[in-house]
Amino acid sequence: MTMEPDDALVIGGRRIASRLIHGTGRFPSNAVLSACLESAQPGMITLAVRRLNLDGDGRSELEGVDLSRYSLLPNTAGASTAEAAVRLARLARAAGLSDFIKVEVVGDPDTLLPDPEGTLQATRTLVAEGFIVMPYTSDDVVQAIRLFEAGAAAVMPGAAPIGTTLGLQNLLNLELIVRKVPVPVIVDAGLGVPSEAACCLELGAAAVLVNTAIARAHNPPLMARAFAEAVEAGRRAHLAGRAHIGLKAVASSPVQGVPA
Amino acid sequence: MTLEVRVNGTPRQVAEGSTLLQLLTELRVSPERVVIEQNRQILRREQFAETRVQAGDELELVYFVGGGST
Repeated sequence: MTMEPDDALVIGGRRIASRLIHGTGRFPSNAVLSACLESAQPGMITLAVRRLNLDGDGRSELEGVDLSRYSLLPNTAGASTAEAAVRLARLARAAGLSDFIKVEVVGDPDTLLPDPEGTLQATRTLVAEGFIVMPYTSDDVVQAIRLFEAGAAAVMPGAAPIGTTLGLQNLLNLELIVRKVPVPVIVDAGLGVPSEAACCLELGAAAVLVNTAIARAHNPPLMARAFAEAVEAGRRAHLAGRAHIGLKAVASSPVQGVPA
Repeated sequence: MTLEVRVNGTPRQVAEGSTLLQLLTELRVSPERVVIEQNRQILRREQFAETRVQAGDELELVYFVGGGST
């Protein structure tokens, strides 16, 4: 009997080695970021596309971080329309490092919650152009289903608004999305601590994306490792299947043979 | 003779007849670590050496930076 079945995460036909996706923003330095990646060994890392700073020495911001060691998940952060997201996605793909795209179309500047219509429209366009599309979405169950129907290779509902580390605000909706959507569900945004990541994996999420909770921890590489371990524990628990809940207490020690 | 273009939104004088590859050298940008959009058209890396900068060009030079979500 094998204790663990073959349990690879596959998105758009690509095998992803870890169920932790690691953001690369808001880190104190590239050295700290590199140490976190080394410590967590994430399955993918997210990146944004921005203008080069031409006033400096022409070096790109992530120089010193070895991008070739990771599966890259570029995002369309900064877009508030489908058109802007599509443009950023094309620019990202032109770098020649990844066909994955995390679609983000912001619908509200204060909460950074996604625009449902723009997200759906950008997803359709990019799927038609051959991208492996992973849209960031709210925890709305029907929107997640629509994104799947539009050809998303995975859907990425948020736990709480981006960067807040408020944790799991609507566990029921996340569970319903996991049940209803046939492609991998990746909980993105708002997670604060590893126990929440474990919880996501326990209820059947395929992976989590964590950025701020690691980047702004007091010891980011240690927190990165903790998230990686939590994701593994949560996934194993999901595969193992939880014990039934009973309201009557049942002793775990033998009832017989207690010394008189 | 120079001509004026906009690079990442900023006006810039470029020698007439310059290619995009020459512009990158001038800006000390590695062609391996940039994506160029010329008037909203994305160029393939192989095109940098053969594409000349034209007066009035809107050039966007972008690449990956750190980011998680929005």
